[in-house]
Amino acid sequence: MGYFVDQLINGLTLGSVYGLIAIGYTMVYGIIGMINFAHGEVFMIGAFISLIALLLLAQLGVAAVPVAILVALVLTAVFTALWGFVVERIAYRPLRGSFRLAPLISAIGMSIFLQNLVQLLQGARVKPLPPVLTGRISLGSIGDHQLSVAVVQVVIVVVTVVLMAGFSLLVSRTALGRAQRACEQDRRMAELVGVNVDRTISLTFVFGAALAAVAGLLYTIYYGSIDFFIGFFAGLKAFTAAVLGGIGSLPGAMLGGLLIGLIEALWSAYSDIQYKDVAVFAILVLILLFRPTGLLGRQEVEKV
Amino acid sequence: MNAMTKLMLSACAAALLAAAPARADVTFALGIPATGGQIAAIGAQARLGAEAAVKAINDKGGIKGEKLVLEIADDQCDPKSAVSAANQVVSKGIRFVVGHLCSGASIAASGVYDEEGILMMTASATSPELTERGMKLVFRACGRDDQQGVVAAKYIAEKFKDKKVAIVHDKQVYGQGLAEAAKKTLAEAGVKPAYEGSVNAGERDFSALVARLKQEGIDVVYYGGYHTELGLIVRQARQAGLETRFVGADGLATNEFWSIAGEGGAGTLFTFSADVKAKPSAQSVYEELKKSGEPDNFAFYYYAAVQALADSVARAGKEPEAVAADLRANGFETVVGTFRFDAKGDLIDPEYVIFEWRDGAYAPTKL
Repeated sequence: MGYFVDQLINGLTLGSVYGLIAIGYTMVYGIIGMINFAHGEVFMIGAFISLIALLLLAQLGVAAVPVAILVALVLTAVFTALWGFVVERIAYRPLRGSFRLAPLISAIGMSIFLQNLVQLLQGARVKPLPPVLTGRISLGSIGDHQLSVAVVQVVIVVVTVVLMAGFSLLVSRTALGRAQRACEQDRRMAELVGVNVDRTISLTFVFGAALAAVAGLLYTIYYGSIDFFIGFFAGLKAFTAAVLGGIGSLPGAMLGGLLIGLIEALWSAYSDIQYKDVAVFAILVLILLFRPTGLLGRQEVEKV
Repeated sequence: MNAMTKLMLSACAAALLAAAPARADVTFALGIPATGGQIAAIGAQARLGAEAAVKAINDKGGIKGEKLVLEIADDQCDPKSAVSAANQVVSKGIRFVVGHLCSGASIAASGVYDEEGILMMTASATSPELTERGMKLVFRACGRDDQQGVVAAKYIAEKFKDKKVAIVHDKQVYGQGLAEAAKKTLAEAGVKPAYEGSVNAGERDFSALVARLKQEGIDVVYYGGYHTELGLIVRQARQAGLETRFVGADGLATNEFWSIAGEGGAGTLFTFSADVKAKPSAQSVYEELKKSGEPDNFAFYYYAAVQALADSVARAGKEPEAVAADLRANGFETVVGTFRFDAKGDLIDPEYVIFEWRDGAYAPTKL
């Protein structure tokens, strides 16, 4: 039982990171109907910026860990958001209104470009970050199994929950959120009634990138080792999470992320660790067979 | 074809012949990455050692009065370049090769040498595959990966008697070879692993593995693989409050291991070639090598390989077949120690020492 709870905690932590990245996929899909394959790379850039920020802060003598992480968080989010903005501007906006596959190909090209850019600028070797958050919090015990959770895991889950809540509010309560929902329903109509579509799409990329940046920071302090290739697998898993939850749906992305984290952890716990990815993708196939729109996805309404 | 072209062709042929080494010399090719990237630094070490050995031999009168000459064959540590480097060795009529430095390059080049009846002796390629293909003229003057697994397993069986042992590897040639060798040796010692598993190379999340190790109450983990994964496993184990001891191989002999694992890496053990510099018998060579830069183990091992090969050529003559038979039959005193080769061409009992990580550095363990 204690073992089960341990694995549950591991799965939740992992799932939170996937969920944060998945939001970027799902929002962009919701608004412009395109899979932004460069999003995994934006996450990777976020991880690198956060590492640089944390090391710089350590150099500057910021000793208080919570302060350092908070400052790094803000810096990372801002700079990565800038990347997200530029990527959209250069690679996607000129292709808007072109045929459907054009931005998709452009996204794949962007993904390769960003990967190689970081490889050239930062080198191909793994970049380590010494453990910054080390403590553990005891949760009592089940039988003779000591239950405890690492501080860094708590931080990850709390940050994710707060961001998710804030983001849901943004989409449901603010003018920007209203514009986003309008674009999602019918872009041309939204434009006709005065919604600044270009700006809305830009901001969607910016917020998606900022969330991916936070995921990058959490990833960096949790695992403490990053390289230019981490965006590929993380992106793939997060994309799977978005599809699993129902692409276009915000709560769906979070749910999908958590589910994938949990499936990975529990499969590894009770079966062969090396087949955990097979398990994840097998479940994805099953869900898509029986619920093609994903768990929380809406049925596409045929417009007449 | 007119007379002019014929003349030019024969002139070219004459020039080519003139470029071949003079008859009274013995030529060894040295297959190393001389250019290209980080690995060229290790190539420079090998060259440092090999050139010093050649000089020492020539100062003592060469091989039976014939001068020993070293020709560099640059393989860039790349299998494809290694094949063309090997072809150049063939076209120059060289019969003996010291190298190549990298496993991939050695395996590729050995195919060419085998066809042409050229003898090669690497002093750094550790992949078991190199000597597993029944080639009679391939020798390895250093340990091979799976031999480290044997050494580590013997150590575990002796020092961690009655403890719960797990074996984990990364499914790569290097890691799996180590793990399988360790498992076999442990079985011979009567130790049955309480848990066996593998991880994906390049993976970052090992929390599930760590929880498993915790659940099974594992005391010692033998890990076959590189520092990037084990560094993370150790880090995540310590994060989860797991104090298991980890034992690995020479892939851990890099400072990156410590920066990934953090303080929790203390106590991690690994097999590694003994530091030749520290040996009393190697001091005079060390002094000699130091004149051209600080040597590391690669320099000493290439020095030793040239010594052994030159010894053998002096005794058996310049026919690779005869030299191969001589290498298998005799022991060779080198700067690194005594070399004996088995039927496959591998070193018998290469010297591995157990090192331990502590305070950001590794040293032979006192355990």
